[in-house]
Amino acid sequence: MAKGVWIVAEQRDGALRKVSFEIASAARKLADELGDEVCAVIVGSGVEGLAPELAKYGVDKVYVADDAVFADYTTDAYSAAVAKVVKENDPAILLLGSSVQGKDLSASLAGKLATGLASDCVEVSIADGKLLAIRPMYAGKCFGEIVIDTTPQMAALRPNVFAMAENAKAGEVVKFDAGVAAGDLKTKVVETQKDTSGKVDLTEANVIVSGGRGMKGPEGYGILEELAELLGAAVGASRAAVDAGWRPQSDQVGQTGKVVSPNLYIACGISGAIQHLAGMSSSKYIVAVNKDGEAPIFAKADYGIVDDLFKVVPEITAEAKKIL
Amino acid sequence: MNIVACVKQVPDTEALIKVKPDGTGIDEGGIKWVMNPYDEYGVEEALKLKEAQGGEVTIVSAGPARAMESIRTALAMGAEKGIHICDAALDNADEYTTAAALAAAIKEINADIIFCGQRAIDDDSGQVGSILAELLGIPVVTIVTKFDAEDGKIKVVKPIEGAQFVIESTLPCVVTAQKGLNEPRYASLPGIMKAKKKPVDVKDAAALGISIEPKARVAKMTPPPERAPGKIIAGDDPAAKAAELVKLLREEAKVI
Repeated sequence: MAKGVWIVAEQRDGALRKVSFEIASAARKLADELGDEVCAVIVGSGVEGLAPELAKYGVDKVYVADDAVFADYTTDAYSAAVAKVVKENDPAILLLGSSVQGKDLSASLAGKLATGLASDCVEVSIADGKLLAIRPMYAGKCFGEIVIDTTPQMAALRPNVFAMAENAKAGEVVKFDAGVAAGDLKTKVVETQKDTSGKVDLTEANVIVSGGRGMKGPEGYGILEELAELLGAAVGASRAAVDAGWRPQSDQVGQTGKVVSPNLYIACGISGAIQHLAGMSSSKYIVAVNKDGEAPIFAKADYGIVDDLFKVVPEITAEAKKIL
Repeated sequence: MNIVACVKQVPDTEALIKVKPDGTGIDEGGIKWVMNPYDEYGVEEALKLKEAQGGEVTIVSAGPARAMESIRTALAMGAEKGIHICDAALDNADEYTTAAALAAAIKEINADIIFCGQRAIDDDSGQVGSILAELLGIPVVTIVTKFDAEDGKIKVVKPIEGAQFVIESTLPCVVTAQKGLNEPRYASLPGIMKAKKKPVDVKDAAALGISIEPKARVAKMTPPPERAPGKIIAGDDPAAKAAELVKLLREEAKVI
């Protein structure tokens, strides 16, 4: 019978990503409830030394496939490796991060393992001995409770939502042969173009400063960039601003852009069209700065300032500078 | 080239989504249905590829009778023919079952390349393209913002957090389209007229020889949690209001 809570830890360039500790912590909770072990899978090149870091967050056993063929993430190589070790061990639950890589890997694994997957979950628990996963649908306009009738019961957890909790376990390392040869692969990464701007990615940011039509043009974003830099924040944009060509598509927050859950979302000159609200309503705190006091964004905001953002935002920056 | 683009019909992004009182689904009354925006990028890329290299574009959609509208829209944009997988047993199908239905229809076509949207904006799962590729035994590249095909392989750009990958894949393969890949064309009036006469094969699960065994189910749907009413910081002086906000963020919310 399927047993154990498994995770796939995500690493890039030999370092574990934060979401890996978040899913390890979530897995530990589920496993404690079931009285089961937490096992992690790490696939990569030069990654064997990462196991103790996972053990800190409650992982009992770490299955490692360490091979040069895994130097770059490719769907076919990684999904083949994880599918092999999962099939051999038959876990009850398999969790991944819902990062770009985790979304890709989890979906291919669901196909390979012929099992159900709940994507982009914001809550997981055990009900009647089974995984119950809660996820936003329609970009957060409603929520679904997902039950999976096959094993492993898979869920991909949204980054930045699940708390990290230290809970040291043995983290015993088990190496496995993934049986993946470079010659078998149909996809390869021919180039990696790193963003050298040092900008924080929207989906990973703790704070987002976002601007909409009220920014009046691309030059308006200067004051948001300044505040964002001070707060270590990412800069986002509404669809209106992206469609106007003021900001790159990668900055768009909303139903046809990125769905984000930062601790703090500062919406400037954003009226709050339903498709934008859908993408940011799960932020822990929302601040709205808008001239129009009737703007729908204020209905979602924890704190609102009805005023000209070009006057208010520089003052926020000046005030924050005093304390940061 | 034998090109396929998969489309799903979804509520428009402006749609208000109301959950039925019993939590079994959404209230479909008053909803305007459109082609999933990410699928539009897939259809556009399929058409561009056909125009550059020759071949034929087949639109495949699984959905209720109304999904025919989205198939016709894609045909009006310039695709040659369609397959509509229409079976009440597939209503509310999970991602795996939908992918299995698409795979069964596409197997008969011998596609060189299959475009899907990177996710549908209704259930937001982003799984179907990947599962489809697995079921067809071909590679997949997801969330693509740039696409080139030559010499029997493709080269695409895929953004990830803080970087982008340039990825090559052999054909056949599945590519899932992200916003930024292209600007989908509008259907022209002559295009719309012609689309009415283009062939669309309607098939049910039995005709495709698939069994419907869902793996995941939505046990219940709920409206989003209500946010507690917020605080409007009153006053006339922008500086004073900004100072109050920073104080609240620091001391009450503790987020800066």
